[in-house]
Amino acid sequence: MNAAIVGIGATDFSKNSGRSELQLAAEAVRAALTDAGLEPSDVDGLVSFTMDTNAEIAVARELGIPELTFFSRIHYGGGAACATVQQAAMAVATGAAKVVVCYRAFNERSGHRFGQVQTAAAANIDNSWSYPMGLGTPAAMVAMFARRYMHEYGATSEDFGRIAVIDRKHAATNPHAWFHNRPITLDDHQASRWIAEPLRLLDCCQETDGGVALVVTSAEHARDLPNKPAHIKAATQGSAVDQFTMTSYYRDDLTRLPEMGVVARGLWKRSGIGPSDVDVAVLYDHFTPFVLVQLEELGFCGRGEARDFVASGALELDGDLPLNPHGGQLGEAYLHGMNGIAEGVRQVRGTAVNQVGGVEHVLVTAGTGVPTSGLVLGQG
Amino acid sequence: MTDKSAIEKEAARIAERGESAPRLARDPVNLPMINNWLEAIGDQHPGYTEVAPPAMVQVWTMGGLHGQRTSDDPLGAMMAILDEAGFTSVVATNSDQTYHRYLRVGEHVSVTSTLEDVTGPKKTALGEGWFVTTRSTWYVGDEPVAEMRFRVLKCRPAEKPAPQPEAPRAQAIRPAINRDTEYFWEGCKQGELRIQRCGGCGLLRHPPGPMCPECGATKPKYLVSDGRGVVYSYVVHHHPQVPGKQTPFVVALVELDEGVRMLFELDGEPSIGLPVEVVFTKIDDELTMPSWRPRADR
Repeated sequence: MNAAIVGIGATDFSKNSGRSELQLAAEAVRAALTDAGLEPSDVDGLVSFTMDTNAEIAVARELGIPELTFFSRIHYGGGAACATVQQAAMAVATGAAKVVVCYRAFNERSGHRFGQVQTAAAANIDNSWSYPMGLGTPAAMVAMFARRYMHEYGATSEDFGRIAVIDRKHAATNPHAWFHNRPITLDDHQASRWIAEPLRLLDCCQETDGGVALVVTSAEHARDLPNKPAHIKAATQGSAVDQFTMTSYYRDDLTRLPEMGVVARGLWKRSGIGPSDVDVAVLYDHFTPFVLVQLEELGFCGRGEARDFVASGALELDGDLPLNPHGGQLGEAYLHGMNGIAEGVRQVRGTAVNQVGGVEHVLVTAGTGVPTSGLVLGQG
Repeated sequence: MTDKSAIEKEAARIAERGESAPRLARDPVNLPMINNWLEAIGDQHPGYTEVAPPAMVQVWTMGGLHGQRTSDDPLGAMMAILDEAGFTSVVATNSDQTYHRYLRVGEHVSVTSTLEDVTGPKKTALGEGWFVTTRSTWYVGDEPVAEMRFRVLKCRPAEKPAPQPEAPRAQAIRPAINRDTEYFWEGCKQGELRIQRCGGCGLLRHPPGPMCPECGATKPKYLVSDGRGVVYSYVVHHHPQVPGKQTPFVVALVELDEGVRMLFELDGEPSIGLPVEVVFTKIDDELTMPSWRPRADR
């Protein structure tokens, strides 16, 4: 695609921001524009998540962005993350806009917490097959998949725990991470309380207050800007047969994420690279079991083999496939996947705190269990 | 007067008064009351025609619906002191009774009471409280016939009340129901587990929808399932609290014998492959919820 991410910005990541979600959004967008070397008046497009409470026009007002020619929203929770960049890239490629900012900001810990049961969500007909039965949290919905995955492939709670240990290890050396200097052991994971068996507390991502923004423009425009651009080599969304939001329980196979398989096929085809060309993987990690399934779905290992792949040390910073060098959403912050895209940009620029050497391509994925999206970012 | 020594001083004063004056039972030991008691307790022993069951001893001297404690009753006096000090709730009692002989129909008992012990304050899960122990003695004339040591925990209600374990079903999350799904919920009301079946090609489908993804027909019908299947996967939910549910509870995805999967709460020990059957629970006139239970014939 003829587009690149040229600016990244974020607020602090906290448990109680003490300010409105709009302020968080405005701060993140302003930081991203400063990073890109652009002014609010350069922006003519905004993209966010359907779930974001900050209207594009409200963000534009706060920033003093005078005119917008493109504004768009993506559905399905965290599945939207990489798709906001795809939207921006398409807008830039078609001339619908010249500079598009993607943003996501919320008080997800001090305000509306996604981990609690959202009684109002039961008003959705699809949710009426789960919420009234007591299955009303993302953790419990993922746990249903995880139990079947364990049954079919012999995976254990410890296999899930190794993902949390890696994320927390990487977060421990990231000063921006909530869990900076606070690594965990597998024993800590095993000692953490049940949330929804087979998921323990340390299988679940954080709840975070904060905001992240990304500035997208054309490759040509990017050449005139101060930062090394992170080129968008491929971007796609993915939804698969008999798709539901978090509760696709009626497909033949419950051990897969076929919507991520759709994303994988699209990314490899459009970028021209394959799994072995990926230097850093930023995989969506709201719950650990789905990181294992993603490794299989994206072709890094065979079906049911992810636990062996993880145990081999491949996901360490010096391994074959360094995972979430910023600490992921278990370690750094839960920003609905947008902080992972920012990390992908830093890895391409060579400016990450846990920088991997010689990065050509970074893979970033969005929310799992939902219709999702993915990105391949790379050098020019 | 809230401090420990003040309460202990009052307790000592009451204890020094010793045994309260005998209080006579309202009625003599009698057969109608014995029969009522046996019926209420479910005791079918045929032997209580001339003597009373020993465990009835406290019944004979109960105060009745409008009874008032006598002024020298030590338990009443001690309770008043603790009430005043803020220890207002009775959260636990226990009693040990000793029977010296059977009471015969026609005997008229009386009871006395002494304050034996007051200990506190103790920290408990229900708040800070005092244990008050009294000893009651029943007499026929001058003859002691039974005794009881009675202990009560009198608590100061905790600042924040303990979370209510009760999870009334009425608080449960209700499903949204529309034209495409009402056949299912109507079936539950009638005790039927209904599976959508395409009126064109016969495809079975759950969750249902208005247009068959196989043949495109828009004439969904249903068949009534046998309601039997095996657990395909399950979750044991611990946190957070879920409206209308008491944690932990199990939600199971079940593969029905007819081939489709359905997800309901499971009342039982879960395992993959467990044979289950559907049961229906009426919530109110508008809603009946299905759930699973392990099959008896498994």
